[in-house]
Amino acid sequence: MSCKNNLASLVVGLIFGFGLTISGMTQPAKVIGFLDIFGQWDPSLIFVMGGSILIHFFTYRLIRKRNSPLFSLDWHLPKRTKITPTLMIGATLFGVGWGLGGYCPGPGITALMSFSPRPFIFVGSMIVGMVLFKLYDNKKSVRS
Amino acid sequence: MYHEWINAGLGGILIGLSVSLMLLWNGRVTGISGIVNGVLTPQKGDTQWRVLFVVGLLLSGFIVGQFKNDAFADNVQSSNWTLVIAGLLVGFGTIMGGGCTSGHGVCGISRMSLRSLCATAFFMAAGILAVWIFKSMGVIQ
Repeated sequence: MSCKNNLASLVVGLIFGFGLTISGMTQPAKVIGFLDIFGQWDPSLIFVMGGSILIHFFTYRLIRKRNSPLFSLDWHLPKRTKITPTLMIGATLFGVGWGLGGYCPGPGITALMSFSPRPFIFVGSMIVGMVLFKLYDNKKSVRS
Repeated sequence: MYHEWINAGLGGILIGLSVSLMLLWNGRVTGISGIVNGVLTPQKGDTQWRVLFVVGLLLSGFIVGQFKNDAFADNVQSSNWTLVIAGLLVGFGTIMGGGCTSGHGVCGISRMSLRSLCATAFFMAAGILAVWIFKSMGVIQ
């Protein structure tokens, strides 16, 4: 990874974070309101995913016409295509946590800059959860 | 009321733009859980860009927090232990499922990946059910 890649990544993180904070994704009550379709539904956040997909759907196709990215020799895109029980169970656990806390990973990290304790509690536990999965996964592969 | 929709749309456009730049410049998918997970298992030459991405996120939060006073408004009434459980589930679940709202939801669906579409359907449905159940139990208010 070159200096260009690192700088690019910083700029992407910055713009992505602007998007999250401006959109309302860093306000857990808004996120819970968005998921609360059986209660007081606040559908406004649909425009966050909708807007980003609308743009990236087209830019993805345009960019992939190139032979390679600008600052890298090759593409580094996900190769897995199989829909597995692991995928579905993992996504379900994530969804429950998302509804319960109102934070997904990006907004949780960005909200650390409020310097209030709750985002720290969330992000700290999230990191522990990631490590726990790795421990569980290692154990499983040792057994099989 | 309308400004919330405009903010959401504007934020969505910025997110769409940023993930497009990640693809154009570095040839990568912008998946936050994956980026963070890579920092936890550092591999030579594959850590700096991840850390700098997180620095970018924090920097943006700091900047927007200076002028948008509801940027991090937290009006959820729940115990800190509820938040611990939420964090554990989000961490465990995103690595198990190979992605979160950004990697599966934004990048994956834009790539028309069936795997990501399936994951997104599952975490959206689970999120909706969780809010419905935990709100009626009074765990979150």
